[in-house]
Amino acid sequence: MSKRTFRVWRGDAEGGRFVEYNVEVGPGMVILDALHRIQAEQSPDLAVRWNCKAGKCGSCSMEVNGKPRLSCMTRISDYEPEQIITVQPLKTFPIIRDLVTDVSWNFEQNKRIPPFRPKAPGPDGKLRMWQEDVDRIQEFRKCIECFLCQDVCHVLRDHEKKQNFVGPRFIMRIASLEMHPLDTVDRIPQTLREFGSGWCNITRCCTEVCPEHINITDNAIIPTKERVVDRFYDPVAMLTRKIRGEDPARAREEGKVP
Amino acid sequence: MVDVREIKTVEHDVLIIGAGGAGLRAAIECSNAGLDTAVLTKSLLGKAHTVMAEGGMAAAMGNVDPRDNWKVHFRDTMRGGKFLNQWRMAELHAKQAPDRVRELEEWGAVFDRTPDGLINQRNFGGHRFPRLAHVGDRTGLELIRTLQDHAVHKGRLQVYMECKALRLLKDGDRMAGCVAVWRETGRFLIVRAKAVIMATGGGGRAWRVTSNSWEYSGDGLTMAYDAGAELMDVEFTQFHPTGMVWPPSVRGTLVTEGVRGEGGILKNNKGERFMFRYIPERFAPETADTEEEAARWLAGDKNARRPPELLTRDVVARAIKAEVEAGRGSPHGGAFLDIASQRTAEDIKRKLPSMYHQFKELAELDITKEPMEVGPTLHYFMGGIRVDPDTQASTTVPGLFACGEAAAGLHGANRLGGNSLSDLIVFGRLAGLGAADYIKGVSELPALDEDQVRDAIRWATSFLNRESGENPYVIHEDLQELMQTKVGIIRNATELSQALEGIAELRKRAENAKAHAASQYNPGWHEAMDLHSLLTTAEAVARAALTREESRGAHTREDFEGEREEWGKVNIVLRKLDDGSMEVRKLERDEPPEELAKIAFATIEDLEAGRV
Repeated sequence: MSKRTFRVWRGDAEGGRFVEYNVEVGPGMVILDALHRIQAEQSPDLAVRWNCKAGKCGSCSMEVNGKPRLSCMTRISDYEPEQIITVQPLKTFPIIRDLVTDVSWNFEQNKRIPPFRPKAPGPDGKLRMWQEDVDRIQEFRKCIECFLCQDVCHVLRDHEKKQNFVGPRFIMRIASLEMHPLDTVDRIPQTLREFGSGWCNITRCCTEVCPEHINITDNAIIPTKERVVDRFYDPVAMLTRKIRGEDPARAREEGKVP
Repeated sequence: MVDVREIKTVEHDVLIIGAGGAGLRAAIECSNAGLDTAVLTKSLLGKAHTVMAEGGMAAAMGNVDPRDNWKVHFRDTMRGGKFLNQWRMAELHAKQAPDRVRELEEWGAVFDRTPDGLINQRNFGGHRFPRLAHVGDRTGLELIRTLQDHAVHKGRLQVYMECKALRLLKDGDRMAGCVAVWRETGRFLIVRAKAVIMATGGGGRAWRVTSNSWEYSGDGLTMAYDAGAELMDVEFTQFHPTGMVWPPSVRGTLVTEGVRGEGGILKNNKGERFMFRYIPERFAPETADTEEEAARWLAGDKNARRPPELLTRDVVARAIKAEVEAGRGSPHGGAFLDIASQRTAEDIKRKLPSMYHQFKELAELDITKEPMEVGPTLHYFMGGIRVDPDTQASTTVPGLFACGEAAAGLHGANRLGGNSLSDLIVFGRLAGLGAADYIKGVSELPALDEDQVRDAIRWATSFLNRESGENPYVIHEDLQELMQTKVGIIRNATELSQALEGIAELRKRAENAKAHAASQYNPGWHEAMDLHSLLTTAEAVARAALTREESRGAHTREDFEGEREEWGKVNIVLRKLDDGSMEVRKLERDEPPEELAKIAFATIEDLEAGRV
């Protein structure tokens, strides 16, 4: 056991400050353990959101030394012994209290995405999908909705374009539906016009912070942007449509676009 | 004096407390029935304990082994539960689980596939055939996300996030809603409803070593009990055999049974594969007795019997404890769980990705190269609110329903892995249907009794208002230590009595706990309020455990070894008496329907040959 110093942000929407705590640290301890120890021994009212403490629920997201992290999966021993560890709430979302932010905006975005609507089953009454066809969406479905990718996304974090862009989490959610072998809904026009896929300029910060190691940028965002581009910005297709007076979204619905 | 009219009040047809798999499945069914539905969750949506379920959900679809069918699943469930399950619930579960799993696929779930494109199924402890629909080792996440994404597009379904139910409200004998508190603001909320469905899970946080999240404080069981509901089978607390044991900060964190389902073996510090020495008589005819046969089973030989590592959880947990106590444990007091020698690194990473990461990141151990150290961890409550098998209605309180881990009956004395996720979707749906049916007979919203509201709020705010008092975290830690040492895997009358005395002492301390600072997002305040639930749940377990003088399933009494015939005929039921004390009674079990008894007691050969 040894003592370590933590600087923890305390406050609410009105403002706050960093408070220093000295905590006994044992082998294998993670940041969330230290916060629990502070609650039990020094400040029982320290607000922390957490559930599973096993990296599976995505509740305990916060910023540790400036980096978005799951506090339950961040080992204290990863930091130099003399280093002070600074813990603060996610920057992109409004503060409720101490380390807890209001992430309800994310839940609102999810509701906007048209839900899954499956094909009819095959002649034997069964739905069939092949493993190689679902591998890529299973990667997206590993998402635990910790919203670290949303926190680090420049469009949301620095430019505050929440009204324009749903963020990497939900572009990936759209990708998981669009690439679902059984899905029948077309979300591509909305992805461009309402969900703001064009705002992402592929800095890959979302991929870097993902605790599930999902390759959000290369596997979800870029292919989704490509689908948008193919539909709306392919010059040959655009010219053809102009001559024929077609609306791409309607064309898709009528089955003219594969 | 609290002015009740100043508290925000909302009205719904049905109130569901808890947003895990059972709560969300119930909510979807209520919405389908056209009911105005409220879901209260003390966490954010999609974070419930269900996300931690790893291995899969059991359903006899027969996609991998066509010999599987509901009868075999039913028989496995009854045998796993040591014949103390409610016959009708085990029947409904085995029959309906396949449709519920397929329905998830229609709602967007993406399970792992068989070579011919169907839902893949894996082996698990106590299941005769590969039966668990799964997604790697994150099946619970797939379940909850599927239900969540489906539910948010349902009509007249409102989710109240981070809103904690404090107390159920009654109009005479029947349910009328609940008083709740928003975590964010500390403000109270009254939810009036015609029916209430408890989908609140169990109470593992009363123990020190547990796989359960903070939510598992037994508050659903306690609220129902305080409102007059009966609890049943609560002496049966499942210790999952494989929790992490090192480092200390993650002691108890779950290691999926899928590791053993994929071929993982258990060894002691002498390198012996000790499970061969712990095969119970009842399971001997269906369990491999040599390493050679177990290896053939893993290679896919359908004539080989299952390895003993896949015996039921109660058996494996006790075996590990016995090895450790005999001095043959791993360095940190567990057993070695080895998958590295059984599967390729690539297979392990594909089938058990979150286990790979969990050990890599939390224990600096590469499970594709080295064995894990594992030991028992409090995982699941087989017992809970006593309900009618078909409607999930409480046996005593009209308008109260329960489903999932909060309800008793399906699992008897021991739950099979994989039967929990299927339990959630089968009985979540039935609870929704049951509530919808009940509501047809309730024309007006039940009356609101302001005194009950005032009483609940007075109690809740007392922790904030008192001048001084004890730190609730310390009381909780003392309870965890008490339950860990006195109400563990192996129990006896002396220790259980000591536990009850200890709980009574802790109760006095809990009543005088003090929460500092204001009510806005104050975890210390919630911890103080949770103590009542934790202590009530702990007392219920200890009392029932002291009463059951035999060893059966997850309940082991060193002073009463082995199953006793007379105890196989009763379930233990608890109820709160008017004076506030806990009544314990033995409830005579109904004779099983002849058809079901035949299936349950058939030999596997007769069942497979279609002679039953």
